[in-house]
Amino acid sequence: MPPEISLREAYGQTLVELGRENPDIVVLDADLSKSTMTQFFAKEFPERFFDCGIAEQNMVSIAAGLAASGKIPFASTFAVFAPGRCFDQVRMSVAQPRLNVKLVVTHGGITVGEDGTSHQSIEDLSLACSLPGFNVIVPADAIETAQAVKTAAATFGPFYIRLCRPKAPLVHDQSYRFTLGKAVTLNEGRDATIIAIGLMVAPALEAAAKLKRDGINCTVLNMSTLKPIDEAAIIKASAETGAFVTAEEHLKHGGLGSIVAQVVAKNRPVPMELIAIKDTYAQSGKPAELLERYGLTAKDIEKAVRRVIARARTH
Amino acid sequence: MEGIAKKLRRHIITMTGKAGSGHPGGSLSAADIVTVLYFRILRHNPQDPLWPERDRFILSKGHAAPLLYAALAESGYFPVEQLSTLRQIDSCLQGHTDCRLTAGVEMSAGSLGQGLSFSIGVALAGRLNKQSYKVFVLLGDGECDEGQVWEAAMAAAHFKLDNLIAIVDNNGIQLDGWNREIMNLEPFALKWQGFGWHVIEIDGHNLGQIIDALKQAKLVKGQPTVIIAHTVKGKGVSFMENNPEFHGKAPTPLEMEKALKELE
Repeated sequence: MPPEISLREAYGQTLVELGRENPDIVVLDADLSKSTMTQFFAKEFPERFFDCGIAEQNMVSIAAGLAASGKIPFASTFAVFAPGRCFDQVRMSVAQPRLNVKLVVTHGGITVGEDGTSHQSIEDLSLACSLPGFNVIVPADAIETAQAVKTAAATFGPFYIRLCRPKAPLVHDQSYRFTLGKAVTLNEGRDATIIAIGLMVAPALEAAAKLKRDGINCTVLNMSTLKPIDEAAIIKASAETGAFVTAEEHLKHGGLGSIVAQVVAKNRPVPMELIAIKDTYAQSGKPAELLERYGLTAKDIEKAVRRVIARARTH
Repeated sequence: MEGIAKKLRRHIITMTGKAGSGHPGGSLSAADIVTVLYFRILRHNPQDPLWPERDRFILSKGHAAPLLYAALAESGYFPVEQLSTLRQIDSCLQGHTDCRLTAGVEMSAGSLGQGLSFSIGVALAGRLNKQSYKVFVLLGDGECDEGQVWEAAMAAAHFKLDNLIAIVDNNGIQLDGWNREIMNLEPFALKWQGFGWHVIEIDGHNLGQIIDALKQAKLVKGQPTVIIAHTVKGKGVSFMENNPEFHGKAPTPLEMEKALKELE
């Protein structure tokens, strides 16, 4: 197994690097800097760090004011609180004027674990992707996190970057180069395509390796940029494999599966299986237990691939 | 200055009357405040709307857009003739302010409660950049029902933003009726004081008091200032004054004619 590294720590360290390079980088948090890891930046650049207290709405509109004045604000809290808690502020203060605000949220999905439903963000990607002009990224590992954060800093416009709480195995090596809006092919096969984001990329690779032993060869795409979606990669994969499985730590409504389905339905329909949280909230538990209970494991992906290939054959 | 205020009021009536919708009441109540800001207090350059050293005026009560547009046009940001396109399709003068479309508009507004927070961001940037500009933000009193206003009030005092000056157009009326009946804000001045603000109360239609208050506010050190301007909703048009009906209703052609006669 590849080493497991914290995405949040990669974010915190990258912010410090960016802060050293560019005096216009400023960071805001809503009393979670020890969890989002903006604390590293706060320590080195206290004058450029603004803890807004437990007031996410205020934080987002302050970030907008800073961006309108030429700063590059990174605002962080948990994914469940942004954009959910402050949706109208993200909509009117940031998205409508297309301001240069970077929302980097942590503790996405249900792998927050024991804190339970109130802290498990399962709707945030749907909300973020609904905002015109927003760039939405879900990095799969620490290497991709660092690069996505640097890309966001260097690219004008609003960004939503969602990180998970647990450490995640590296699925990229140091030579990896993140490109906004480009899917990453991690494995190539002709029988089916698995498209995954975030913490689900590693299990997708695991499922593909297992299936390979049975002679089933899968393409695996890391669709780390959810918006703008890489339509070309999806259309190409649909032509080459004719069967799709998507995997995300999010409700099946409005997330990766929905977005991919829109692209294939319009361009080149293929049978699809969606690995995602069904229409329900989760509960407290260990991350691994929760992933198993809500059907988000390598095993679930593997079964879904077998199902979708069977459907494709009878199509 | 009275002449300019009257001119802005005439624009408000004509614009909303022609558009057939809009918010004349809360535009008229703040007309004297905005007149003083644009024609006496603000350091700005209509030929260079993005001049980095400009004082910022942020309209948080975005439904008073007709008033801001009138002030911007009369200042020379864009031709006065454009005012007649308010709320029409493809106009740069949207029903509520859109900073992408209108020269001189600092913030897109219309969803209440966000302007004070936004102004904190602008004030923090000014301080970080060691720029001397001041940030003036106009809030409605009804707008202060929004919890975000008080999140921002707490933060502005916490950050000791003495380059931030809030003005509340305290006309006492919100859409559904009188504030005191819909959602009581009192003791309003004490609330701001309790949040750590320097508070000045004035008659928001007395130009001298408005000028003095703004000048005084600019000198305050170590804390933000709020000017609670007691105003009359619909000020200047007899049948609109203190009439909740004209919060969000445009005058009919007949009412428009009557109003303009009163504003001659």
